[in-house]
Amino acid sequence: MAARNGDDPVPGDEVLANDRSAIELAADVRAGRLSALTVLEQHLAAIEMREPEIHAFNTVLADEAREAAMAVDAAVAAGRDPGPLAGVPVALKDNLCTRGIPTTCSSKILDGWKPPYDATVVERLHAAGAVVVGKTNLDEFAMGSSTENSAFGPTRNPLDTSRVPGGSSGGSAAAVAAGFAAVGLGSDTGGSIRQPAALCGVVGVKPTYGRVSRYGLVAFASSLDQIGPFTRTVADAALVTEVIAGHDPADSTSIPQPAPELSGTLDDGVDGLRVGRITDLPTGADPDVLAGVDAAFDALAAAGAEVVDVEVPAFTYGLTAYYLIAPAEASSNLARYDGVRYGLRVPAADTNTMYMQTRAAGFGAEVKRRIMLGTYALSAGYYDAYYGKALKVRRLIAADFARAYERVDVLVSPTSPTVAFPFGAKTENPLAMYLCDTYTIPSNLSGDPAMTVPFGTGTDGLPVGVQVLAPMLGEAVMFRVAKALEDRAP
Amino acid sequence: MTTMQTGASEASPQRDGYELVVGLEVHVELATATKLFSPSPNRFGDEPNTNIDPVTLGLPGALPVLNRRAVELAMRIGLALNCTVQACAFHRKNYFYPDMPKAYQISQYDVALNVDGHLDLPDGSRVGIERAHLEEDTGKSTHMGGAGGRIHGSESSLIDFNRAGVPLVEIVSRPDLRSSEQARAYVNELRAILTAIGASDAKMEEGSMRVDANVSVHRPDEPLGTRCEIKNLNSVRSVGRAIDYEAQRQIAMLEAGDEVRQETRHWDEGDGRTHTLRTKEDADDYRYFLEPDLVPLEPEAEWIAQVRAALPMLPAARRARLAEATGAPVGGEAVGVVVERGQDDYVLAVGAAGGDLARALVHVKEGYAEQGTAPVVPAADLAALTTMETGRTLTATQAKQVLAELVAGGGGDPGAIAAAKGFEAMDAGALETLVDDAIAANASAWAKYEAGEDKAAGALVGAVMKASRGQADGAAVTALLRTKRT
Repeated sequence: MAARNGDDPVPGDEVLANDRSAIELAADVRAGRLSALTVLEQHLAAIEMREPEIHAFNTVLADEAREAAMAVDAAVAAGRDPGPLAGVPVALKDNLCTRGIPTTCSSKILDGWKPPYDATVVERLHAAGAVVVGKTNLDEFAMGSSTENSAFGPTRNPLDTSRVPGGSSGGSAAAVAAGFAAVGLGSDTGGSIRQPAALCGVVGVKPTYGRVSRYGLVAFASSLDQIGPFTRTVADAALVTEVIAGHDPADSTSIPQPAPELSGTLDDGVDGLRVGRITDLPTGADPDVLAGVDAAFDALAAAGAEVVDVEVPAFTYGLTAYYLIAPAEASSNLARYDGVRYGLRVPAADTNTMYMQTRAAGFGAEVKRRIMLGTYALSAGYYDAYYGKALKVRRLIAADFARAYERVDVLVSPTSPTVAFPFGAKTENPLAMYLCDTYTIPSNLSGDPAMTVPFGTGTDGLPVGVQVLAPMLGEAVMFRVAKALEDRAP
Repeated sequence: MTTMQTGASEASPQRDGYELVVGLEVHVELATATKLFSPSPNRFGDEPNTNIDPVTLGLPGALPVLNRRAVELAMRIGLALNCTVQACAFHRKNYFYPDMPKAYQISQYDVALNVDGHLDLPDGSRVGIERAHLEEDTGKSTHMGGAGGRIHGSESSLIDFNRAGVPLVEIVSRPDLRSSEQARAYVNELRAILTAIGASDAKMEEGSMRVDANVSVHRPDEPLGTRCEIKNLNSVRSVGRAIDYEAQRQIAMLEAGDEVRQETRHWDEGDGRTHTLRTKEDADDYRYFLEPDLVPLEPEAEWIAQVRAALPMLPAARRARLAEATGAPVGGEAVGVVVERGQDDYVLAVGAAGGDLARALVHVKEGYAEQGTAPVVPAADLAALTTMETGRTLTATQAKQVLAELVAGGGGDPGAIAAAKGFEAMDAGALETLVDDAIAANASAWAKYEAGEDKAAGALVGAVMKASRGQADGAAVTALLRTKRT
């Protein structure tokens, strides 16, 4: 890619592992053709070389990862099934709880806190033989679209280090794009997986709300948060989704269904599928992005899909509804960081002063802004006008999507209105930053699944992501369409 | 106010023309094995901070999972209080306090699990139940140093999270109570119901039942007055004392031309007064919103029907049953005490074994007062004892002594015990001789008695009892005297 800074830093045989898909790596490890430790060392070497520049990680877990890789190799040697992700290096967003390992949410307020338990997704990855290489950077408490809101400094886009990787899961997106890990996990509350995946040129998935357990995901906005994968291929994303999805009794909002089967139908094609083009989509996307989406429709039509124009009138109100609902829930979810039991405490003479000084020192500006927005939206006398009205919009959006899906199997749209943008471009104007999620937010409000797949390049040779949106529990058809796009990407 | 007649207004004592209006909010801890949203034990008295887990502590990423048993016990309470059990949801009540781990309490807001019920007091009045909703308890703070164990002025605070997340049901009465006596009766009756249905041990001294009182006064022809909420009522006695004090305080303010301010007040058991805790102006804005980590609670009709069918007979019905069987008054002490102790089934079993129910009631009330709730004497043995009494082979005094032996020995043959004690029944001839002797020896008493002065019989009966060394049956003596007078 034209704007890549410097030469590819991963030379020779190391490229072998770091450009290969998780499925290929796991197949070799399972067959004993490649040791998990070798795979890991190649990724750790890439980290050592480029991480100082990229800053994808808050914590690199080299020792723990070596131990896990050796355990995988031992299982293979002993003839035991090492799991479908045997030896696959995985980067975890640092808002996923890991037992005994700092989980910071890129916030000073969680200073020193080590969870006494693993998130359900982390347990499932371990059980599948994956090797966790580190905890990745994010916008503080997942609030942001550029990873510039991290208390530990920004992450750089590996494709152009003068630009942001997107956010809030920018660290995981960058880690996968840079070859630090074959798989990343992120969380998507308003686009925090899909937008950075698009900006870093990788695949990113937000499954149906409730598909993947949120147990152990540090909450931002509980009714919107959903965990999903970053991968370099659609097939990898399908496999990881199969591993992490499925009912979890520890999450009451978890859908009582087993994980969907996705890998088997990936190559079923799109012949005869109806693909919706949203005619009343909010404006504001750059021409290069819109050109990429047009090309995607052409490719799907050429592959046998029928492109159908549909209206989703409430789509355009998603952003405003989101910026009432998400901060409202956040104001409550983040109230527990009070300095009493864990994390940062600024000592003071009395409890109320301790609360105030701890929270003043521990939270960054964007987090404080959203706590205040949310507190206001829920306040007596304002609830009906703000939070209550936003809930009505949310129901409208879900209803409009449902109506559209009576006519089409999937919808296709831009993921982000722009390709990766330079540092500082939107930090002075929070609203400009919020607009990054115009196209991704409605799926969080409706709970429907959506994913992004790289489809060609735009300005300065930077990747364009195309979003595939599907009805509730419609991951199988969503992945089929994404695979068709991947196969036909320019 | 409910539309039903409480019957209380008429009977309520009015003070200086004011009527007292009280509503009670009662929190009860449910007798579940585990907490409302986590698997930690729900157990009182353990070492601090041992019954905890990520959910209890509100650790980042932890999520609540609703305890089905807690819902069942909450429904039991609702059904026992004649409530409608309905589909509902959980809300977050947001406020900061160190012993509240998440800085919000998961509670119920606009739609409670149980609504629109009532509770009938032993005096016959009916108290409306507005709602009985499910929520989680907070941890417990102990404030060290400073005055009075309050957070203000303390040097440090210790927090025990064992109680955090314990399931609570908050039972909110309508303002139907008109006196402190009624309020106490309500608390006692509620406690009797809660223990009878196994929903809670309802111990005020351990905090598993906590009462707040909303108190106001008004003149009966005027709208309800401004209410104050009284907290820290740790016994039934405090409930009564605090309400009486608060009523007098409010009346004195009104009489002095002041207005009662709506506020939360703290009852101080030591000085016997209520003190301002916080005024309406400093009340928190709880910013209630639907708890997104839980799904709506929609108990199926079949489940509700099962819970209803499994409800045991409630204290009021048991009192009515016992009164009917024994002939004792339903509001009387004996019936009340025996049902409260759960000994009514035993009394009825004595009747079923051929015993005299009225005598059995008296024996169980008096003979078991110190014996706990589980009667140790087989019902057949007590039945035999009451038969000896009604057959006049034993006097009431003798029967009491025999019962003490039976209780001490865990049963036995009352006839043998009576014989061993020398409680020979006096034959009618011997008794008559004693009566004649007493008449002869107490001529003036006999003359008065003959003239219709019943009181005079006392001296005669006393003389017979003395001569028989207590073995004569007082009732038989009285009957004989009556025969001789006519």
